[in-house]
Amino acid sequence: MIDKTVSTLQDAVSVIRDGAVILISGFGESGNPTELAHTLIDHGARDLTLVNNNAGNGRVGLAALLESGQVRKMICSFPRSSHSEVFDTMYRERRIELEVVPQGTLAERIRAAGAGIGGFYTRTTIGTPLAEGKERRTYNGDEYVLEDPLHADIALVKADLADRWGNLTFRLAARNFGPIMCTAAETTIVQARRIVPLGDIPPEHVVTPGIFVDRVVEVPNPASEREMIENDVRYTAGGAP
Amino acid sequence: MTEMLTDRLTRRQVASRLAQDIGDGNYVNLGIGMPELVANYIPDGREIVFHSENGVLGMGPEPGENEVDYDLINAGKKPVTMLPGGAFFHHGDSFAMIRGGHIDICVLGAFQISAAGDLANWSTGGPDSVPAVGGAMDLAVGARRVFVMTDHNTKKGDAKIVEECGFPLTGPGVVDTIYTDIAVIDVTAAGLVVREKVPCLSFDDLQSRTGAKLHGAETCGDLVAPDVG
Repeated sequence: MIDKTVSTLQDAVSVIRDGAVILISGFGESGNPTELAHTLIDHGARDLTLVNNNAGNGRVGLAALLESGQVRKMICSFPRSSHSEVFDTMYRERRIELEVVPQGTLAERIRAAGAGIGGFYTRTTIGTPLAEGKERRTYNGDEYVLEDPLHADIALVKADLADRWGNLTFRLAARNFGPIMCTAAETTIVQARRIVPLGDIPPEHVVTPGIFVDRVVEVPNPASEREMIENDVRYTAGGAP
Repeated sequence: MTEMLTDRLTRRQVASRLAQDIGDGNYVNLGIGMPELVANYIPDGREIVFHSENGVLGMGPEPGENEVDYDLINAGKKPVTMLPGGAFFHHGDSFAMIRGGHIDICVLGAFQISAAGDLANWSTGGPDSVPAVGGAMDLAVGARRVFVMTDHNTKKGDAKIVEECGFPLTGPGVVDTIYTDIAVIDVTAAGLVVREKVPCLSFDDLQSRTGAKLHGAETCGDLVAPDVG
């Protein structure tokens, strides 16, 4: 019998080791696996490389993980936001490495890793400083740069519904990076708002098929990062549910 | 350079002027900031589908106070609504739309635009600035047409349209048309051609506010401020 559900957040993240490369779903304040991020702070794995579109908001979730000192490097497309003080400060004080990747290249590098593609050529960054040092090739008169797949040890993803096979749905635009990140990690760990009986998600409504998912934990009332930021919430180790 | 320009367009008027050039049925991506205003001014009778790179097609107007849902946001992380017919999709698909040439028009802001249509809009190259690129480079090369919406000059009066960009590029030769508070300028193989300018400025005045050679003195029309306040 296949049962990918785990009963606690602590169990869910227990496989994460020091030095892991971790994909974290979300865009802005939407689709972030905040509870998994907080449990990873308690778990304590260090020397991590995180991949997300942004670099955290306020002092919760991804930002709290950065502030905890467990992260060596951030790979993202847009680290600046109105609430990115934690990353901004660490970057200026040179306490964290940054790799800036155009958003579409970031998405495609993740997709390529999940699809077993060894790299791909794109026109994005041609003529810009971000193309420096990269292999080039010309197709149909246009110049392209070579980009590598972005494999990860772990993906932490927030979904809406899940079942014990790991089939997933996502809420509204919170889908963003979730489905492609599920495909690209050795171990994909999902927090779902609700775990439903097998068959309750109609096959044509499954967004991410369970083959891409390893562990599912139910988090019935996921925190709103927006509300936490507005209320000046600061997460520190030991506060996870 | 400092005299009052009485018929300079407001940002909303630039947005409205630009919106007139978006055709019925176009799929359009609006960049963060000023370009977002364009959605408010689509001419009656045209059905336009707005794309947002986080994975949304068919965005509607801003939500009412009780409709706000932070799982339904645009690329600028602001709450939006969905129109009937709208769709959600993941980032792989979203950038396939952008990089695969499926977006008809994208509207971007600019720090600088060169005579050859080079765009610089992501970094001022300062040593202390945190580099952040987002989807701008993908949009610049992937969208079929790139419209730039910008003030013609910086607050200090410097030209934003220049022979060569001094800031790091977002993409080379990508801009099709520039919409500013005083002119509409097409980037062509023959250089920058002024399509419209505000009537109170002579062509020479416009040239003096621009850091690159302008063409079209004989053919350019009037840029009339749309009635949108």
